[in-house]
Amino acid sequence: MKFKAMTAVAALLVAAPMLGMADEEAELVVNGEIEMVTKTDAPPHLEGALPEIMSGWRFRSDETQQTQMDDFDNPGMIFVDQAQAVWDTAEGSEGKSCASCHNDVESMEGVRAVYPKWNEEAGEVRTLAMQINDCRETQMGAEPWKYDGGDMTAMEALISVQSRGMPVNVAIDGPAQSVWEQGKEMYYTRYGQLELSCANCHEDNYGNMIRADHLSQGQINGFPVYRLKNTKLNSSHARFKGCIRDTRAETFSPGSPEFVALELYVASRGNGLSVEAPSVRN
Amino acid sequence: MMRWIAAAIVSGAPVLAAAETVAPADVTYDDYGSVEQSLTGTPGDAANGAAIVGNKKAGNCVACHQLDALSDVPFQGEIGPMLDGAGDRWSEAELRGIVANSKMTFEGSMMPSYYKTSGYIRPGDGFTGKAGSEPLPPLLDAQQIEDIVAFLVTLKE
Ligand code: HEC
Ligand code: HEC
Ligand code: HEC
Repeated sequence: MKFKAMTAVAALLVAAPMLGMADEEAELVVNGEIEMVTKTDAPPHLEGALPEIMSGWRFRSDETQQTQMDDFDNPGMIFVDQAQAVWDTAEGSEGKSCASCHNDVESMEGVRAVYPKWNEEAGEVRTLAMQINDCRETQMGAEPWKYDGGDMTAMEALISVQSRGMPVNVAIDGPAQSVWEQGKEMYYTRYGQLELSCANCHEDNYGNMIRADHLSQGQINGFPVYRLKNTKLNSSHARFKGCIRDTRAETFSPGSPEFVALELYVASRGNGLSVEAPSVRN
Repeated sequence: MMRWIAAAIVSGAPVLAAAETVAPADVTYDDYGSVEQSLTGTPGDAANGAAIVGNKKAGNCVACHQLDALSDVPFQGEIGPMLDGAGDRWSEAELRGIVANSKMTFEGSMMPSYYKTSGYIRPGDGFTGKAGSEPLPPLLDAQQIEDIVAFLVTLKE
């Protein structure tokens, strides 16, 4: 408490670099019609940790925020269009496309909002990327895509668009619970030589500047995100990898069981926020 | 220890000073986290300390702290308290302890420990994301810490 108060005073005393600061009170409506919930009450399992949850969109500069308000301005939509073509293209030994089994991609409405999700038959928690590769391998007889490669992030974005505006609602009980617990433990582990946990930055300090970066809550409701920095869609696992690497730690690999657990946990912290992908970040 | 001396020689420090250097594992913290003894025996250079505090590739303290003395350094963070007046609030020994290993002064602090080489969870090899092996080189060397301390004691309101 004392320290929060001190930093607040500090912010007042120094002309902090306000350049390009976000308008944390702005509201996000995409294409003038999809109303996104970018701030809402925290889900019950976050009791005591966060009073309310906020999308990373709230923490970006005005210009970056605007880029996400219209699909014509959102560079991430180019990849969505590309994936639409792939959806209809047959591949692999079975000569099937996604459309052969799933018809129009609109059939994927609601799917993004509940992933990662327990798959009873496989007896594992599956991320969207794992499910897509499972369909490619076992249903189509096609090669799996690189876990966080361009084909995969584009397809994830296409599937996510079908759920835009719907509340994230991943299940954390039942058989998924132990995986969720594992992810939670990771979230609070202080990795690396800098000994920093996800919570140090995204729970204790969201809203504060860390050097030139305005810290968000590290939510993944907007993933895959288009980053202006690398001009492509980025998976949540790639982001996790970067954040852990920046603590001078040995990181985990995209698609690893650890990151699947972390994804489930982090996704659940956003239960109630809207599916936003493809969102735009710096 | 080997690596340590090597680093001191590379950075051009006199070999004699290196011999007096207190190794990270040998630093004595009192109950409140202060470190009385200089880590090198060589007085710190405040100007160099200021440069390290502001340099992204060195101390990068401004990632988390703001300070008027370095108002020309852009993008100062808001994670820790302002460092203005730190020289009034803390003694030299206390500041040395805070920079060497802040967790001895502030339990569970988010501030990294700059003069510590082991006891990490999944230690990495710098910012490569690959595994590193302990003991890691400390984030700052002993003379850099002395330089920073020499700078911090000058921060009076
Ligand atoms: C030959 C049939 C077939 C093809 C081709 C196929 N899928 Fe599937 N897909 C399925 C079946 C069956 C399921 C249900 C699997 C389960 O629940 O275990 C499924 C489930 C899914 C789900 C999860 C839906 C949910 O509600 O949880 C996604 C996402 C998905 N597929 C994406 C794709 C994509 C993308 C492609 C093309 C790259 C594709 N599928 C190709 C048969 C197919
Ligand atoms: C040293 C500080 C730091 C730590 C520790 C850290 N992050 Fe981040 N993270 C950042 C910064 C800076 C950004 C970019 C600005 C932002 O969105 O917060 C970021 C961004 C993110 C984003 C993107 C949010 C969005 O809306 O685009 C996610 C997700 C994320 N972090 C998750 C994590 C997770 C999970 C961990 C722990 C494994 C973690 N971070 C650890 C600093 C950190
Ligand atoms: C990742 C964030 C972070 C970095 C980087 C960081 N600090 Fe800190 N520092 C803190 C926090 C947080 C505190 C407040 C102590 C606490 O309660 O944990 C603090 C406290 C201090 C204090 C005591 C402040 C006072 O006036 O009471 C000093 C002095 C200090 N830091 C110096 C430094 C120096 C010098 C560096 C760089 C070599 C540095 N810090 C790097 C986060 C950081």
